[in-house]
Amino acid sequence: MITLRDVSKVFNQGRGNELWAVRGVTLDLDPNQMTVLRGPSGSGKTTLLSMIGALSRPTSGRILLDGELLSNLPERFMTQVRRRTFGFVFQGFNLIRGLSVLENVMLPAYPLAPVHGDLRRRALALLAQFGIERKAGERVEWLSGGEAQRTAICRALINEPRILIADEPTANLDSRLSRELVGLLDELRALGKTVLVSSHDPLVFESDRVHRVLEMRDGRLAEDSRC
Amino acid sequence: MREWLRRQRYLIDYSLSALARRPGKHVGLLVVYTLIVFLLASVMLFTHALRREAALVLADSPQIILQRQVAGRHDLMPLEYLERIGRLRGVSALYGRLWGYFYDPAVRANYTLMVPPESSTGHRAPDPGEITIGSGIARTRGLAVGDYLSLRSARGEPFSFRVASLLPTTTELVSTDLMLLSAADFRRFFAYPEDRVTDIVLEVRNPREVRTVAEKLILALPDTRPILREEILRTYDAVFGWRQGLVFVLLAGAVLAFVIFAWDRASGLSGEERREIGILKSIGWETGDVLRMKFWEGTILSLTAFSLGYLLAYAHVFYGSAALFEPVLKGWAVLYPEIRPIPFVDGLQVATLLAFTVFPYTVATIIPIWRAAVMDPDAVMR
Repeated sequence: MITLRDVSKVFNQGRGNELWAVRGVTLDLDPNQMTVLRGPSGSGKTTLLSMIGALSRPTSGRILLDGELLSNLPERFMTQVRRRTFGFVFQGFNLIRGLSVLENVMLPAYPLAPVHGDLRRRALALLAQFGIERKAGERVEWLSGGEAQRTAICRALINEPRILIADEPTANLDSRLSRELVGLLDELRALGKTVLVSSHDPLVFESDRVHRVLEMRDGRLAEDSRC
Repeated sequence: MREWLRRQRYLIDYSLSALARRPGKHVGLLVVYTLIVFLLASVMLFTHALRREAALVLADSPQIILQRQVAGRHDLMPLEYLERIGRLRGVSALYGRLWGYFYDPAVRANYTLMVPPESSTGHRAPDPGEITIGSGIARTRGLAVGDYLSLRSARGEPFSFRVASLLPTTTELVSTDLMLLSAADFRRFFAYPEDRVTDIVLEVRNPREVRTVAEKLILALPDTRPILREEILRTYDAVFGWRQGLVFVLLAGAVLAFVIFAWDRASGLSGEERREIGILKSIGWETGDVLRMKFWEGTILSLTAFSLGYLLAYAHVFYGSAALFEPVLKGWAVLYPEIRPIPFVDGLQVATLLAFTVFPYTVATIIPIWRAAVMDPDAVMR
């Protein structure tokens, strides 16, 4: 369970270019559901996701994970929680060019230092699960959009997180691949993961696989609809 | 511990792949770095080799040389001083030497003319009219055995000497400008008084008594000055050390330029590199992991440059006769000795060189790298 209480985030506070990206959001997110944050560009979806995923801290308010305060942790502990609990699929996937598919997938586990053989087996199993094990040795810049998307999901899952966060994952995909992605996310939810997606793509937030849609506008939560 | 080692292995793996992915940036740095190590290592190895060479050659030189001084200047030694010294306890040999310098205007070089002492086992004194010369003279004047060398004597008369033999090249560091001749020729050539020698040499049986003998000599002959072998060795050491220092001061500018270059390279992280650091942090790497990865990247680069630079310097000094630094470090004006220094590597020297090169690089790069590593992990999402 993720709990947000009166969470706000301001950039460049006190300067001429001060920007309130998120204002006073209070929210409870249930586990094992697919929740979509929708809204136009600049509405605060990504900022809210990055705070929930322990990538950044709120300027004010509190974020709790299973009752434990997350937002006040020092960087080191926040990183540990992030590593253990969250998997990220970024807009444009953010794979590291020049590395192979397998190396990209294994990368989040390097600081945990698992036995190399085990890590490799786990990464290959994930690639097989998403049907791209043949591409394991290929460099990521040679992948098609769909393959890059699956590689990014495998990378997000390598540390076996409970919560998967995807930021505008269909931004660079055509309709077929977008639907396919929603299907994959739903499969992961069915396997017990909590899925949080930010998107302004109707193919995502209108999908019948989504449990809850939260509409963001000007940094505030404008609408909360359960499907 | 195992986990720690495994983590370092993962980080090294990643660092290696990062180095390989941006060859343009790193090859440039590697070349400059290698060049700096090469220059410093060449000077160090060569100076050290010269010192050793001098020490080895001078190991057989006289233990005590006694010179006469008049008004603080070196003067010719009366032969009667040999008798006045008489039988000093512990002295195993005592003889006068004849030697001097000659400036040859034809090649603008100074020669050392010397009569080999009778007790010397190395070389028999040449017959009258004949000479034995060092390799430097032979090279400069284009002489071979059997050729004649004509020089103008102190009285202005021409003198012709036949080259009977050449001195061995193994002693070239100290014999390159040497010309051995007979005592009679020496006296006639320089118009040298018959009752004088240049200095007196004493051999002492027990090396511990050398200083005692020297003190007795000063008391017995107050107008003389004993010069000990260990003092000559110390002087050689100081001369080569001073030359090494001089070159190091000149190279300090190059090291400083390298530090600025390394700083510039490290602070000028490309957009791609910043993005990569952002991705690593967002997928769960800590600032410390990024710093450690960058540390390994720097270490791999440093050690590669150091090994390459040192190996090149080794080849340059011991196989190429240190062609780049020869004139400065050897110090001969015209008669450069051609020596092949004995290969030798000193652990302390390697450690010093490592400190002189790796330390400035690390210091120059650590701050810009730290600045990049503390980037917010959500930067990649914004």
